[in-house]
Amino acid sequence: MRAFTYERASSVEAAANAASSNRQSKFIAGGTNLLDLMKLEIETPTHLIDVNGLGLDTIEPTAEGGLRIGALVRNTDLAAHETVRRDYGLLSRALVAGASGQLRNVATTAGNLLQRTRCPYFYDTNQPCNKRQPGSGCSAIGGFSRQHAVVGVSDACIATHPSDMAIAMRALDAVVETVKPDGSHHAIPIADFHRLPGETPHIETVLEQGELITAVVLPPPVGGRQIYRKVRDRASYAFAIVSVGAVIQLDGTGRVAVGGVAHKPWRVEGADAELSRGARSAASALFADARPTEQNRFKIDLVERTLGAVIAEARG
Amino acid sequence: MQFDKPATTNPIDQLKVVGQPIHRIDGELKTTGRAMYAYEWHDANLPYVYGYPVGAAIAKGRITAMDVSAAKRAPGVLAVVTTLDVGRREKGKFNTVNLFGGDEIQHYHQAIAVVVAETFEQARAAAGLVKVEYAEERGAFDLREAMAGAAKPDDSQEPDTAVGNFEAAFKAAAVTLEQSYETPDQSHAMMEPHASLAAWNGEELTVWTSSQMIDWWRSDLATTLGVDKEKIHLMSPFIGGGFGGKLFLRSDAVLAAFGAKAASRPVKVALPRPFIMNNTTHRPATIQRIRIGAGRDGRITAIAHESWSGDQPGGQLETAASQTRLLYAGADRMTAMRLATLHLPEGNAMRAPGEAPGLMALEIAMDEMAEKLGMDPIEFRIVNDTQVDPEKPERPFSHRDLVGCLKLGADRFGWSGRERPGARREGNWMIGMGVAAAFRNNLVLPSGARVRLDSQGVVTVETDMTDIGTGSYTIIAQTAAEMMGIGMNKVAVHLGDSRFPVSAGSGGQFGANSSTSGVYAACVKLREAVAAKLGFNSADVVFENGEVRSGNRSVPLAEAAGADGLVGEDKIEWGDLTKTHQQSTFGAHFVEVGVDIATGESRIRRMLAVCAAGRILNPITARSQVIGAMTMGAGGALSEELAVDTRRGFFVNHDLAGYEVAVHADIPHQDVIFMDETDPMSSPMKAKGVGELGLCGVSAAIANAIYNASGVRVRHYPITLDKLIGGLPQLADMSDAYRSRA
Repeated sequence: MRAFTYERASSVEAAANAASSNRQSKFIAGGTNLLDLMKLEIETPTHLIDVNGLGLDTIEPTAEGGLRIGALVRNTDLAAHETVRRDYGLLSRALVAGASGQLRNVATTAGNLLQRTRCPYFYDTNQPCNKRQPGSGCSAIGGFSRQHAVVGVSDACIATHPSDMAIAMRALDAVVETVKPDGSHHAIPIADFHRLPGETPHIETVLEQGELITAVVLPPPVGGRQIYRKVRDRASYAFAIVSVGAVIQLDGTGRVAVGGVAHKPWRVEGADAELSRGARSAASALFADARPTEQNRFKIDLVERTLGAVIAEARG
Repeated sequence: MQFDKPATTNPIDQLKVVGQPIHRIDGELKTTGRAMYAYEWHDANLPYVYGYPVGAAIAKGRITAMDVSAAKRAPGVLAVVTTLDVGRREKGKFNTVNLFGGDEIQHYHQAIAVVVAETFEQARAAAGLVKVEYAEERGAFDLREAMAGAAKPDDSQEPDTAVGNFEAAFKAAAVTLEQSYETPDQSHAMMEPHASLAAWNGEELTVWTSSQMIDWWRSDLATTLGVDKEKIHLMSPFIGGGFGGKLFLRSDAVLAAFGAKAASRPVKVALPRPFIMNNTTHRPATIQRIRIGAGRDGRITAIAHESWSGDQPGGQLETAASQTRLLYAGADRMTAMRLATLHLPEGNAMRAPGEAPGLMALEIAMDEMAEKLGMDPIEFRIVNDTQVDPEKPERPFSHRDLVGCLKLGADRFGWSGRERPGARREGNWMIGMGVAAAFRNNLVLPSGARVRLDSQGVVTVETDMTDIGTGSYTIIAQTAAEMMGIGMNKVAVHLGDSRFPVSAGSGGQFGANSSTSGVYAACVKLREAVAAKLGFNSADVVFENGEVRSGNRSVPLAEAAGADGLVGEDKIEWGDLTKTHQQSTFGAHFVEVGVDIATGESRIRRMLAVCAAGRILNPITARSQVIGAMTMGAGGALSEELAVDTRRGFFVNHDLAGYEVAVHADIPHQDVIFMDETDPMSSPMKAKGVGELGLCGVSAAIANAIYNASGVRVRHYPITLDKLIGGLPQLADMSDAYRSRA
C-alpha cells in the first residue's frame, strides 16, 4: 500500500470537486474492495475522499412510485428494508447471496456497483493484465479461466463483474444518479453504466473523473415471481460461477439478467422476449455471440439449466 | 524408556483423568486473546520493527539485477536485505528448495528480499519499490506432460512393491476394474500465516515462530544462517494451524533473522496470504491408476495401484499408493510410484500425506468394483478385510477393527436406506449416500519431557512438543495428572520451547501418542524419585489424591517434594513392535449429499466418521480433530484446487477467495464415534493417532455419495459442478423437480 492523504468530504459537490482536481484520488465508502486492492497495490490512489458522512444513506419512495436508494445505504440495510423485501424481492435475495454478513454490514450500494473484478491475474501485480496495466496483455486468456467471461469479451480482457446486487439492479432497470464536479445532476440507466472491456478494460463504467454516485433509483415495482439463483462451488462466501436474476410473470413473460458471464451484468432484450418459450430459447439469445474458453464453456449450459430451474420454480 | 514390549497394566489404565472429556486447558487463553501467537508477541522491552517479504515474480531463472535504492530511501526503512546480499546458503536438511539466498529462482514467490521498516505499512510500501531483473528460464509445470519422463525414486521411498504375479492374476480374474483418478495440488491454507519474530543478542538468536517441529526448525535455521544450533532459542507456544505446512523451516524465520541482523533491531515477519500458496509447500497433485481383479464371490485376487506426482529436483513422492499395500487382502499385488520433475513450488507433507490422495482414488475404485460385482460396498470391504500385512502374512496388525467401524457406522447412519444411483429425489435435490474406509498408519517418534514437582504439589511439564490446535496442552496435562495422582488444577504445561527436552512434535498424527508417552516416561522417573526420597518401594507405591502412599504410610506430594522440589526427565524410545506388528488406525466415513439436478452443485447433508484408533486420550479434543479433518476432506472433495498456470508456472488462485476451503454452510452436520478399544502394542498410553485418520477416505465417501445421488462418476477432484452437469438429466426433465420444491 502506498502512502495517501485523506479527507472527509463536507458535501456532495465538495467531494466531486475534490476528486476532479486530483486525478490520483478515489472516493472511499465501505472500503471492502478498495482497501484490499490498495494493500496489494492494484489500486494506488494518492488521496482518498471519504463520502461516508454525506447523508446519502436513506431509502425513500419516489414520486413515480419507485424507490430511491442512497449511495451509502449498506447492503445489509438495503436487503432488510421492508419495501425492498416486499416489492423488489430480487434485489433483497441478490444482496444476501453476496459476500458475508460482516462485509454486507459495511459495503454500500454505490460501492457494490463499482467493485472490481476478481480475476486472479488482476490480483497479482507480477502478471500482465490490461485492466490493471493497460497494454501489458491479458494473462487469463490461455490461462486459468474457469471463472471468466463467456460473452461480451475482447482480446484484451475476459474478466467478469463480480456483483450479485448489480444483477438484480440490471433486471429491475435501475437508474444510477450522479453529480458531476460542475454540480450537474445525471441519471444513467444501469444498462449503460457498466462498459464491456473492448480495448480499454481499465475503464469499467461511464463515470467521469470526479463524478459521484448519489443514489440508485428503482422504477415502480414490476411484480411477478422474483428469483435470484446464485451457483457456486461452496455454499456461501464465494463469487458466483454464474447467477440468474429473473422476474417471471404469471403469463410466463419476464426479464432476466445473468451474472458471472460478462464484464457487466448481462441482459439481452431478445432473451427477455424468449423467456416465455423457455430457458433454451432465452439462453440462446443471451449467448448468441458467446466466446467462451475451453475452461468456461460449461457456463453456457449451466446458465441454461439454471434458468430452466428458475422458470420451473416461478411457474411452480 | 524403551518401549519394546506390549504395555501391561499401568497407572494410565485408571482413566480417572486420561480418556475423560476435559475441555482444552488453553481454551480460555485463546478465547480471551491472551494466547500469544508468533506475530502477536509483544514485549515492551523488545523494540521490534517490521519486515515485509518480496517474492520472485517468475517461476524459474536467475536474478540478473536488483535495485533497492528507492526502497532504502522510503520513509521509515531501516534495512533491505536481498537474496544477492546473503548469497547462496546451505540448505536445511528438511527443505527441498532454498528458502532465501543466491541468484537462482526455483519457484514463483520464492523469497528474494526482506524490507525492514519502523512500521508494517512502511515496510510493505517500500517492498513494492524493490526492482528486479530476471533471466527467465523454461520450466516444467504440467504433471500430465511431465508424466512420461517421471523417474523411479531411490529405494528409501519404496517406489515399487510386488507380491506374487499381479498381471497374471488380474488377467485371470472373473471381474476386473481399471481406472485412472486425479487429485489436484492442495494448500494447507491454515488460518495463521507463517510468522516469526527474531531478536539477536550478540551471536545469540531468539525466535518466536509458528512451528510444528521445534527441533527440526532450530537445526535447519542454524544451518541456513550458518550459526551454532546452541545459539538459537526457538519458541512456538501457540500455533494457529499447520497441517504439515509448518513442519519444516520456512522463509519467515530466515527473513526475520537476516532482517534483524541488518537492522540491529528485533524484526517481525509474517508471510502475506498470497505467499502461503506459492512461497510455502503444498500437497502435490497426483495421477493414479488402479486395477482390481476379484472372483465373483467378491474376494480380491489382484490389486495394483500406481501413482505419479511431481516435485522440484531433489524432492519426494506423494506416496499415494502406499496404503494399498496394507488395506485390503489379495494374493497378487503391486504398487508403483514415479516422480516427475516440476518447477512449481515445493511439494511436501500435508495432513495424511500419501493416504489422503491415495484413498481419494482407492476408495472410489472400491465403490466402482463393488458395483461391478453387484455387492454392497460395505460388504465388499468386509469380505476383503485382512488381519495381517498382505505382503507379509506372518506379520499381523497390532489391532485392526475396520470391520467394526463399517458395521457400526452402517447401523448408525441408516445405510440400509441407500438406494440405487439416481433414484432418490427431494424436490430439486438428488440424494445419495457414500461410504469409504479410513486408514492411516500409526507412526511414533522419540519424545522427551521433563516434569517438576514443587513444594506446592504442583507438577510442571516441560517439553518442546507443540499444540497446533490439536489439544496437546490438555492431553499432556491429563497424562501427568493421571500418573502423579493429582487433579488437572495441579498441573502446568509448558510447550514449544527449544530449552525443553526434544519431543516428537506435531505431524503425521504421531504427536499425541508419542508426546504423552514421553510425559509418561518422565512421570515414571518422577514417581521413582518421589518414592526414593521417601524410602518407599517404588513397585508398590500408589499416587492418589495428591498423596503418595505405600502400605499404611501416606505423604502429601507437596511435602514429598520439599523446598527444592523433585525432577523427572526421560524420553520414550521405540523398539521393534512397529516392525513385528503393523500398527495402523482405521475408520469408516459415511456421507449423505444432495446434488442439485439443474446446477450440479453438490452439498453435504450429513457426515459420520467411526474411528478405531486405540485409546482416545480426550474425546473432546479427539472429536475436534476428526471433524476438522472431515471438513478438510469436504473442501478437498468439492472445491479445493490450486489452479496451475502451466505457461507461467505458478498457483494462480493464491488467496482464500480463490482457493475455496469449506465454510460453515458447507458442513451442516457431523458425527464422530470412537470405538472403545486400546492398542497395547502402540505405546504405554495404548493410544494411536487420530488427527489425520479423519481426513483419510472422507473425500472418496463424498465422491461415492455424489455418484449414488446423481449416477455420474467423477474421478477427477475436486468434484465441481462442471464435471457433473454433462451427465445430469436434461433440462426438460427437471421441471417437475423444481415445481415440487415450490
